[in-house]
Amino acid sequence: MSASLTLASVSKLFDETCAVDNVSLEISPGQFVGVIGRSGAGKSTMLRLVNRLIDPTEGAISFGGTEITALRGKALREWRRDCAMIFQQFNLVDRLDVLTNVLIGRLAEHGFLSSMAMQFTDAERTMALQALDRLGLVPQALQRAGTLSGGQQQRVAIAKALVQRPKIMLADEPIASLDPANATLVMDGLRQINREDGLTVLVNLHTLDTARAYCDRIIAMRAGRIFFDGTAAQLTDDVVRDIYGTQGLREFNEAVTSTQGSIAVPAQ
Amino acid sequence: MTAIGEPTVTPLRPLDQFELDYAGLRRRTKTMWLVASLIFLAAFTFSAWLGDFFKVTQFTLQDGSREWRWILPAGLPRLGEFIEKTFPVLRWESLGADLAEWFWRWRVWANLLIETILIAFMATALGVFGGFMLSFPAARNLAPNKWVLWISRRYLEIARTVPELVWALIFVFCFSVGPMAGVLAIGLHATGALGKLYSEVNENIDMRPLEGVKAAGGTWFDQIRYGAVPQVMPNIISYTLLRFEINVRASTIIGYVGAGGLGQEFREALSLQEYTDLSALFIIIFVTVMVIDYGSEKLRHRVIGMEKGPAA
Repeated sequence: MSASLTLASVSKLFDETCAVDNVSLEISPGQFVGVIGRSGAGKSTMLRLVNRLIDPTEGAISFGGTEITALRGKALREWRRDCAMIFQQFNLVDRLDVLTNVLIGRLAEHGFLSSMAMQFTDAERTMALQALDRLGLVPQALQRAGTLSGGQQQRVAIAKALVQRPKIMLADEPIASLDPANATLVMDGLRQINREDGLTVLVNLHTLDTARAYCDRIIAMRAGRIFFDGTAAQLTDDVVRDIYGTQGLREFNEAVTSTQGSIAVPAQ
Repeated sequence: MTAIGEPTVTPLRPLDQFELDYAGLRRRTKTMWLVASLIFLAAFTFSAWLGDFFKVTQFTLQDGSREWRWILPAGLPRLGEFIEKTFPVLRWESLGADLAEWFWRWRVWANLLIETILIAFMATALGVFGGFMLSFPAARNLAPNKWVLWISRRYLEIARTVPELVWALIFVFCFSVGPMAGVLAIGLHATGALGKLYSEVNENIDMRPLEGVKAAGGTWFDQIRYGAVPQVMPNIISYTLLRFEINVRASTIIGYVGAGGLGQEFREALSLQEYTDLSALFIIIFVTVMVIDYGSEKLRHRVIGMEKGPAA
């Protein structure tokens, strides 16, 4: 938990487009970092690179001295367990119950047979229930995940991330599909984990006020590059206008993009 | 907003432009239909000619003289003749005895019927196992690499393009006459057919749950087991029941080449010209297939409606 994440000149090319362009970053343990930027700025790609769901074209990512980009096989799966990921669309298995969905977070520890038979130990079930309890979802534990509301599903995803016993938590637009009340619950959950467990949290956001309210540090991306890196106070209106670009947006109105109004930034 | 490209002539009013485009579209559609119809007609006529549908044959009249006739009206009455031969003699006053004579081999047939259904059952079980296992590497979105995809797809193709009857001939040669050859033949063909159907189901799943499992450190097998299998289960059960129906029909005929089941009785009845046996066998198979189709359809609808029930 006391290791920092380092990205050194990381680039990712998709055919001709450069989604992430020569990004270098250093994220200290225990930070709550928000990444903002327009759609297509490379925020998602950057998180996927860290979790190794995709491989970088160039550059290296390391965590506490371990070269992440070189990992293969079991070591790679263990890294994915250590660096839990939360998705915009929750990515739960709708037809499985909530408890099993949370236990998926334990799969990296399982052998082939126990995993195929969906056999989990009592200790693991206890762990899953504790995680669900923290997020107030014990009553739903035996319900099928698909029957839950979006906010509940996202909290199940957080519980699943917790039982991975991660060292760092990534969240890719975790509240983009949620209403304001649920968005607050999910963000509060992430903050609680950050403060109580001392977990590093790296979260992509599309709403500025959320980033301002929750993040110790805000990183802004534009066209694959880091455009701004600082505290919420340093994020002035001029900087914001540069990040999102005024073209097409008559005047940047923070209130419109806020989750409180539940309207997303117009897609460019 | 500026128009794309610099207009050199005054553009038409939108409505006029629409009229023009619409007329053009209709013209093209009409021509396409005409061409397609002509191609279809030509292909159909050629096939009919190849298939001897225009053949003229000699036909014996009532008075013994012979005359040239078109084959269809000449041959059709023989169908009635054949069906008439399979009718048993049933008299009201001795109905029981007549029925007993019609189904005179009922003990043998009952045993063979059970054998037929068991062949279908075991073949379906084998086919489900093989098809299910191969449907994941044979799905474009799930295959771990293109070699595995290529090999599993080719295997499934070979298994299903060779008809059951041909597999049965081969297996009878290998394992001698009996139900075992039938089970293997139908099982192999079912593997190919089910594997194809299952893999198409797999190709239509939502990939996000699999990504969720992968991001938590799951292996390829974990992604399949937790992300894919729960999604495809209702469809798999439904296709399996459908295949069981098909396999029951297949196992009734497979005995024709000595691979067990009722089929061998068909062959015997035909070669010994016991035409009433044919109708008796037909009735037995018809009723069996109907009962199994009905039962499995009921079951399938329950499975499809099972959306709220516990997941697999």
